[in-house]
Amino acid sequence: MPSITSDKKMVNAELSEASEAKSSIVPGINPSFQEQVSYGSPNLITRKTLKTTAPLGFRGLQTFSLPDLPYDYGDLEPAISSEIMQLHHQKHHQAYITNYNKALEQLDSAIAKGDASTVVKLQGAIKFNGGGHVNHSIFWKNLAPVREGGGEPPKASLGSAIDSHFGSLEALVQKMNAEGAALQGSGWVWLAVDKEFKRLVVETTANQDPLVTKGPSLVPLLGIDVWEHAYYLQYKNVRPDYLKNIWKVINWKYASEVYDKALD
Amino acid sequence: MAASAAAAIGSPLKCGLISSQGFSGSTRSFQWRKNEKRNVRKGCRGVITAKIDLRPPPYSLDALEPHMSRETFEYHWGKHHRAYVDNLNKQIVGTELDTKTLEDIILLTYNKGDLLPPFNNAAQVWNHDFFWESMKPGGGGKPSGELLELINRDFGSFEGFVNEFKAAAATQFGSGWAWLVYKANRLDVGNAVNPRPSDEDKKLVVVKSPNAVNPLVWDYSPLLTIDVWEHAYYLDFQNRRPDYISTFMEKLVSWDAVNFRLEAAKARAAEREEEEERKKTEYEDNQADLDAREMYLESSDADDSEAD
Repeated sequence: MPSITSDKKMVNAELSEASEAKSSIVPGINPSFQEQVSYGSPNLITRKTLKTTAPLGFRGLQTFSLPDLPYDYGDLEPAISSEIMQLHHQKHHQAYITNYNKALEQLDSAIAKGDASTVVKLQGAIKFNGGGHVNHSIFWKNLAPVREGGGEPPKASLGSAIDSHFGSLEALVQKMNAEGAALQGSGWVWLAVDKEFKRLVVETTANQDPLVTKGPSLVPLLGIDVWEHAYYLQYKNVRPDYLKNIWKVINWKYASEVYDKALD
Repeated sequence: MAASAAAAIGSPLKCGLISSQGFSGSTRSFQWRKNEKRNVRKGCRGVITAKIDLRPPPYSLDALEPHMSRETFEYHWGKHHRAYVDNLNKQIVGTELDTKTLEDIILLTYNKGDLLPPFNNAAQVWNHDFFWESMKPGGGGKPSGELLELINRDFGSFEGFVNEFKAAAATQFGSGWAWLVYKANRLDVGNAVNPRPSDEDKKLVVVKSPNAVNPLVWDYSPLLTIDVWEHAYYLDFQNRRPDYISTFMEKLVSWDAVNFRLEAAKARAAEREEEEERKKTEYEDNQADLDAREMYLESSDADDSEAD
């Protein structure tokens, strides 16, 4: 179902994207917080709530900012080009954050006013931009330069779980590549652990839907972005080649840590 | 593809594949160019096989430079569009979809929103044909005549339309399309979920759609589209979708094509209205006949009883 009502503020944020808008701060009320990403915690993004002495009902609004990459833009070459890493991080991820902050601001004000229909109207923008921020924050940690272990196969508990569930690492890679290639439009392919059933799953999500939309007990271990912006400048229409090559810089160490913590 | 069906019949020794010309018969054709029966060809022994073809844009691949590069066309048309065509043909060969028109395949596989596998390829073939024809070298500018009147009537002003169209294109989250359509649909169309149900009919509206979906499935008449899948603009504009949209509006839009499609859409709507009037009159006539016969029967019963 298409929605034809466009949020003008959201549009303006999109339209002024080129001017590299920084994260917005609610003026005079709260400083911005660095968004925290905890390794392996079930709530992958923890937010500190701001205590204020403001009037009753006012919650204070945390804003988000772009997390730094733990490596340089060129460090993942030749699997992923430096040009793509820079655009992906500085333009795409930043835009999700900018628009997420704006949507939260509007949501906050709509809640305060008791404007239920605006609250509902904003859900699309929140899911899309918030999801984009959540997903990309995970993605940067899923990648590592070869010299820092990128591409090294998983060992220990995650390694054996993969073997027992999928048969082998190659089988898992094939499955994820097949699902990633078959995904229509934009989205993500995930390796996750289901905390409830204590087993590994491969899942896909559409657009910027975070993995939790597919199951509340799913913890993402690895996500591969299959939006065209993630590979087009380098691989053009050949998404399967991108999928084949990205495994050379996948950070299995991080995935193992998350896995172990999730099943603790 | 200039050979006509007559030529094919006239020379039975010719064993080549020739597509037959002529209107597809379906009034749902919004193609800018004359609509050939694109997918019905007589093979060697007169066996009809369906084969959707990859149509080139109505201009050379570098004709829209510098606004849309040749390189973009080489990939967008040469790889993406071509893959949709090839994959669709593989999916439908030997199935009941094999001999249907592209529009019919789209509507059948849309399946009221529960998409069947060929839908993505079929709709994307149609969407890209429609997209190439929505642009022309030296395009852009403003429409005129009745089209401009309708735009002013339904959007307040041309600028009002441009803003709404740009906003739709910019806020289509993920992959998809933005459209200007002529809305004159019937509420009882089985396959349609009306995205603008409160709007009156016979007006221009802007809608957006995700991935491969297009307004044919809502029984609207598309007039103009812009592709906002990232592959459409990434080589030329990278992340700057709003710049791409502006360039499209200012330099590429073919208002000629939009005009042509509007005329076809209005004609189709008029045809439908006539058809409905005709059916209604027929029904009423039938009812009147039935009533007349009943009256006759009743009066003859009365006579008999009186005679007795």
